[in-house]
Amino acid sequence: MMLRLAAKSLWHRRLTASLVVLSIALAVTLLMGVERIRGATRTSFAAAVSGTDLIVAARASPVHLLLFSVFGIGNPTNNLAAATHRDIAARPEVAWTIPIALGDSHKGYRVVGTSAAFFQHFRYGEARALAFQVGGAFAGDDPVILGAAAARALGYRVGDAVVLAHGAGDVSFALHDAHPFRVAGILQATGTPVDRALYVPLQGLAELHRPANDDEADPLAAAMHGHDAAAPEATLTAVFVGLRARNQALGVQRALNEWKGEALTAILPAVTLQELWEIIGVAENALLAVSALAVAVGLGSMLVALLTGANERRREMAILRSAGATPRDVFTLMMGEAGLLALVGVLLGATIVQATFIAGESWLASRYGLTTGGLVPSGRELVSLGLIVIAGILIGAVPAYRAYRQSLADGMTIRL
Amino acid sequence: MSSPSTTAASPAPAIRLERVRFRWRADSPLTLAIDDFRLDAGERVFLHGPSGSGKSTLLSLVGGVLVPEAGDVHVLGTALTPLSAAARDRFRADHVGFVFQMFNLVPYLSLVDNVTLPCLFSRARRDRATSAGGSVADEAARLLDRLGLGLADIHTRRVADLSVGQQQRVAAARALIGAPEIVVADEPTSALDTDHREAFVRLLFEECARHGTTLLFVSHDAALASGFDRTIRLDEVNRP
Ligand SMILES: Nc1ncnc2c1ncn2[C@@H]1O[C@H](COP(=O)(O)OP(=O)(O)OP(=O)(O)O)[C@@H](O)[C@H]1O
Ligand SMILES: [Mg+2]
Repeated sequence: MMLRLAAKSLWHRRLTASLVVLSIALAVTLLMGVERIRGATRTSFAAAVSGTDLIVAARASPVHLLLFSVFGIGNPTNNLAAATHRDIAARPEVAWTIPIALGDSHKGYRVVGTSAAFFQHFRYGEARALAFQVGGAFAGDDPVILGAAAARALGYRVGDAVVLAHGAGDVSFALHDAHPFRVAGILQATGTPVDRALYVPLQGLAELHRPANDDEADPLAAAMHGHDAAAPEATLTAVFVGLRARNQALGVQRALNEWKGEALTAILPAVTLQELWEIIGVAENALLAVSALAVAVGLGSMLVALLTGANERRREMAILRSAGATPRDVFTLMMGEAGLLALVGVLLGATIVQATFIAGESWLASRYGLTTGGLVPSGRELVSLGLIVIAGILIGAVPAYRAYRQSLADGMTIRL
Repeated sequence: MSSPSTTAASPAPAIRLERVRFRWRADSPLTLAIDDFRLDAGERVFLHGPSGSGKSTLLSLVGGVLVPEAGDVHVLGTALTPLSAAARDRFRADHVGFVFQMFNLVPYLSLVDNVTLPCLFSRARRDRATSAGGSVADEAARLLDRLGLGLADIHTRRVADLSVGQQQRVAAARALIGAPEIVVADEPTSALDTDHREAFVRLLFEECARHGTTLLFVSHDAALASGFDRTIRLDEVNRP
């Protein structure tokens, strides 16, 4: 009953009320948005490494290693000898290895040199294998396989010729026009960095890496170049390792870190990812704190609105009292207004977030490889939204208690 | 039924104050010291007195919003002082209708909602209004019509758009809805011009007569006193 009065009272002051609702809604949007992006980032980062037990590369800091080998962020420090890869693969605990050669890009997408083992053994998410939309793994001369997002953005189809250049992207002056790769297959979307790369055989990449200006400087040498020429030994950047048993990971990691041949770093991706989150956590928490502050400001604006209204409303309260309202009713009325404002604000904010994520889901997935991880609000979200509403109601208790005291003191005597 | 003689014969007074002492603050002097003050059921009493003499305070005691530090306030045979605050609020909602000087209306409620407000808080008045008018809203419309506010758009009309005289009639309708036994009016006509004052008092009389309602009417305007059954100067009964 008092709630219906509260609703009517808010409707009467709908301009102020909607501004309050809006500021709460925007704060909630910010808070939920940050939380969702953070959740989505974590899930999709974790999904990208979920199937790999160890990643090995030349000595580097673990986080750096993880970032360049899996996510293509930053540059690899040193190469890895092909012999080292063979030694690792020969270890009894090792079930499979995927050699990776990095350092090139094509129109902004990473070019990854690898072997057929990549398509066979790589796992992401919940032990999911790579699958092809069209075509298949490396086949024919100089094949290139496209990740789903790269294929969509570049518009290539199976059979198209793709000219790759060493190092730079489009603006390379070292184009191997004579040596195009052919699109052999396009992978299905995975929601991981796999989508945003091009895959070529290690051999092809090695040929690409032969200094291009040699050819230009010496047309004879260029003419002699061919597929039958002795292939240069491929250099590797990293090796993804799958073990027969996961509990051997720590032992193998220690053995590789103490490798005698060359200085290696082996990481357990899940562990290193955790380290990464600890680093990023500071910034994340700062963002969260800012959002929480925005919520506080939103609720504060509500308090201001209710308190400024309260004095003008002493007469209204006296009228209600004369009609039989108790001071408790007056309290309920004011609390109800605060609760309604907070509730509507939170619902609006949640709706905005929900709508934005539904609308932007595919964009996020293709652009950032983020899967929004279910559009149903998580229990945690519901709890924090509930807490905001409760905080709103509690804040409403301040003006409500004032009105309660006033109406006890004023009774029905209305003074202007 | 509406004649003064029948109501005067009624044995139990509608309002009775005995040896009442009231002060606003513990350290302030007594505002009210009333040894005997009574209104018979159905009586129409005109109460006047200088400003600040405690008329509004007396009405708050009758409404059970305030309690005296000593003495008894009996309304319709019920002693208000021993009741809990909530019970007094309920009692007021059930039995007493109020009209104030100005700004009697809740700005965010429609005309009809303003009139039916007491029915939100009192089941008794809701039931009586329903049985009289079919529904609470119909009864409100009927009352408004009888008070000369038979506006076509009473359900949507903004109360802020009404003239002061119209607002006071809405307030009267609110005081009267659900036929409370007592109507208390605190200078309800002071914002009206002379013609409207007399018309307003006449309407109030008519409606009170219909249900034998006891009317306690506070005003500074002695010219209005003539139509009442009795006139009381507050300083005659109040000797602090
Ligand atoms: N809420 C209050 N708190 C403290 N003192 C009050 C309060 N209301 C009234 N008083 C004091 O009580 C005394 C009586 O006030 P009251 O309003 O009852 O007078 P009144 O006869 O109705 O005056 P008026 O004719 O001007 O309306 C005054 O001295 C006033 O200052
Ligand atoms: Mg007064």
